[in-house]
Amino acid sequence: MAEPGTSFGQRLQSALVDALLAGIIAFALFSLLLGLKTVDSVTGLTLEPRPQLLAVAVGIVMVGRLLLNLFVWQAEYPITLPFARLFTRETFERRDILVLGITAFVSAIVFIVGSILGNAACQLVAGFVLAFMGVGFIRRTIVFFFPNLPYARIFTVGGIAFAVLFPICSYFLEKAFHLGLPLRYLFDLSILVLTYIMLGWGLNVVVGLAGLLDLGYVAFYAVGAYTFALLATHFGLGFWICLPIAGAAAALWGIILGFPVLRLRGDYLAIVTLAFGEIVRIVLLNWTDVTNGPNGVSGIPKPTFFGLPFAPSGGETFSAFFGLKYDPLQGIIFLYYVILVLAFTTNLVTLKLRRLPIGRAWEALREDQIACRSLGINTTITKLTAFAIGAMFGGLAGSFFATRQGFISPESFTFIESAIILAIVVLGGMGSQLGVAIAAIVMVGGFEALRHTEGLQSIFGEGFDPALYRMLLFGIAMVGIMVWRPRGIIGSRTPSIVLDEARPISVDLVKEGRA
Amino acid sequence: MAYFLQQLINGIALGSIYGLIAIGYTMVYGIIGMINFAHGDIFMVGAFIALIAFLALMSLGLTMIPLALLIVLIIAMLLTAVWGWTVERIAYRPLRESFRLAPLITAIGMSIVLQNFIQVAQGARVKPLQPVVTGGYVLFDQNGFAVNLSNIQILIVVTTLVLMTVFWLIITRTALGRAQRACEQDRLMASLSGVNVDRTISLTFVLGAALAAVAGLLYLLYYGVIDFYIGFVAGIKAFTAAVFGGIGSLPGAMLGGLIIGLIETFWSAYFSIEYKDVAAFSMLAIVLIFFPTGLLGRPEVEKV
Repeated sequence: MAEPGTSFGQRLQSALVDALLAGIIAFALFSLLLGLKTVDSVTGLTLEPRPQLLAVAVGIVMVGRLLLNLFVWQAEYPITLPFARLFTRETFERRDILVLGITAFVSAIVFIVGSILGNAACQLVAGFVLAFMGVGFIRRTIVFFFPNLPYARIFTVGGIAFAVLFPICSYFLEKAFHLGLPLRYLFDLSILVLTYIMLGWGLNVVVGLAGLLDLGYVAFYAVGAYTFALLATHFGLGFWICLPIAGAAAALWGIILGFPVLRLRGDYLAIVTLAFGEIVRIVLLNWTDVTNGPNGVSGIPKPTFFGLPFAPSGGETFSAFFGLKYDPLQGIIFLYYVILVLAFTTNLVTLKLRRLPIGRAWEALREDQIACRSLGINTTITKLTAFAIGAMFGGLAGSFFATRQGFISPESFTFIESAIILAIVVLGGMGSQLGVAIAAIVMVGGFEALRHTEGLQSIFGEGFDPALYRMLLFGIAMVGIMVWRPRGIIGSRTPSIVLDEARPISVDLVKEGRA
Repeated sequence: MAYFLQQLINGIALGSIYGLIAIGYTMVYGIIGMINFAHGDIFMVGAFIALIAFLALMSLGLTMIPLALLIVLIIAMLLTAVWGWTVERIAYRPLRESFRLAPLITAIGMSIVLQNFIQVAQGARVKPLQPVVTGGYVLFDQNGFAVNLSNIQILIVVTTLVLMTVFWLIITRTALGRAQRACEQDRLMASLSGVNVDRTISLTFVLGAALAAVAGLLYLLYYGVIDFYIGFVAGIKAFTAAVFGGIGSLPGAMLGGLIIGLIETFWSAYFSIEYKDVAAFSMLAIVLIFFPTGLLGRPEVEKV
């Protein structure tokens, strides 16, 4: 917002100066790294100048900064305000409606013209704007007519119902009407998202509830995956027998790691868990006799439906038993339900534990360790259980990962996985189960979707490979969401213990762990 | 004995590089209490800037290696410092008053951004550089095993010592150092007594990034090959070093760096090269069990 009493001329002047400074800094940042490219040649590395690219990058920074300053940051009336108001309950001013109307009108025209000319870029951008505004408009309308509905609950129940019904419904719809839905891809993506939701909920026990910062969560994921993979390939054990074993093994590792590091506080704990994650990965990579090193373990069996395998032929299979025609999608749908059940189990166990003494002890520990100790809570046992239970869920998710992939290698268990899971927990709003689910859908789903976007190619030209920019955009999104909403996507939560009525409180009232 | 001595020399050279990076971690931790996860990648960016600046100077026809290296050093320090400043400005300053995990997440995000920016801008292939600083001395020869002290190792240790001294003087003798120590103790009180806290924190990042750039240049000269991923491993090692020595303590960072470098080198030399990182990390866990705040760290006082 602008200082009151500044004229447009003054603001323009300061915005121009600011853009100039930003341009100088951008030039310093990019001059060598973007302006010159190192190229392999016969005589070693040589340099290839790219002045246009440098100019474009600096130009984008300058113009972007100028526009943001003029119309958003320093503006008397930020242009983003009406769009933000679409998603709140504030009343609209007349100019809000004007801005929204013009935007909708222009995007509709761009969309129509783009469709006629067959320009995918126009369609994509205008379509996105229209969809965004449409969602906001529908939301406002519903809220206007039914202001007092329990929206959080409706959202949760609706989400669960959707998660349960989605594969079956889409499968039968597809079979009945041949809509040409990319079912295989949709199911694979949903399974991936659910895996991350489960991991997020598992890590939430450690980070969100107990307030212990764990940067090596992926180690337990790896332990679970390798436990199942090795048991299955060496001893021929099935998924359902190995699942509890994998969970127990991961929990055991959680305890083994937990014991020495429980004396540590905050960031010391973080670095030791990070080191532990790396140690597990390095051991998996180099202990070739057992883990087959970088080549990984392959031929991991799929889970069976009460002993009935999903296979095209060969004795008692799922399709033969139920008299169905074999379809590879059946196995995938089954995997979907397996991870759905696992994820919901994680959620329910966490919610129940929060009401038990141990869960209350976790949260108390997060808030104040010394007070805990003076009240006679055994901090060591409390931390250990949090670690072990979080690790157990990681291990269960890991063995599911192994059975779904059929192949695992240490490459799947790098630090970046831990970082993504932690980001999901924190971006979702610490300790909020719904927030974790939303964050997982946004981060993993959006991230995966980028792999398949042809529309982006039409914006940035044929040479643009979305996969190359995926991680870059992922990182930018991580920083952006965090700066935009430091308290996570779900900024409020219901306290675990209440006097007579559960009222959501701001997350600001909840301390994060310093344990 | 000769083998041992050779490993000692190698370990000290490696440890000096870790120490230089570790200072960036320890300073930032000391002043705002956050793990600057992107610092390892700032080091990597520094190495890339140094590489490109060096190649540019070569193609401009500057053949006097010492002068070229000096210019590269200055360019790398300046430009990397701008990177450090920008990262702090974009990702950390807006979250200054937020809860503790928020800047950690943006730091991890920044680390991903920097790695992938370099990958997109400069390609994923490793970047080799012919040895620039060559030659050295044979200290002595024992049964055909010669103990070498190469010029680049001397350069690394001397540069590190000089920078450490300069740095120590900045922290203990200048107004900036005084402001930094004040912010470290109590940010609110410091701002009440007229210290510009935001500027001091920015300068801390700038100094840390400049030292990381020096480490990047030395790494480039020592190993002769860099890629966009070196920041991650070096960053974790350096952070381990900082924690090892007691995070927040400058001599601790240097000591921790040396110890980590030595552990790694000796483990590779006498046991197995694959498990050198395991050795360094296990050593960290063991030390932390007995000294929960590192070797030279101040014991944390628990307050209600």
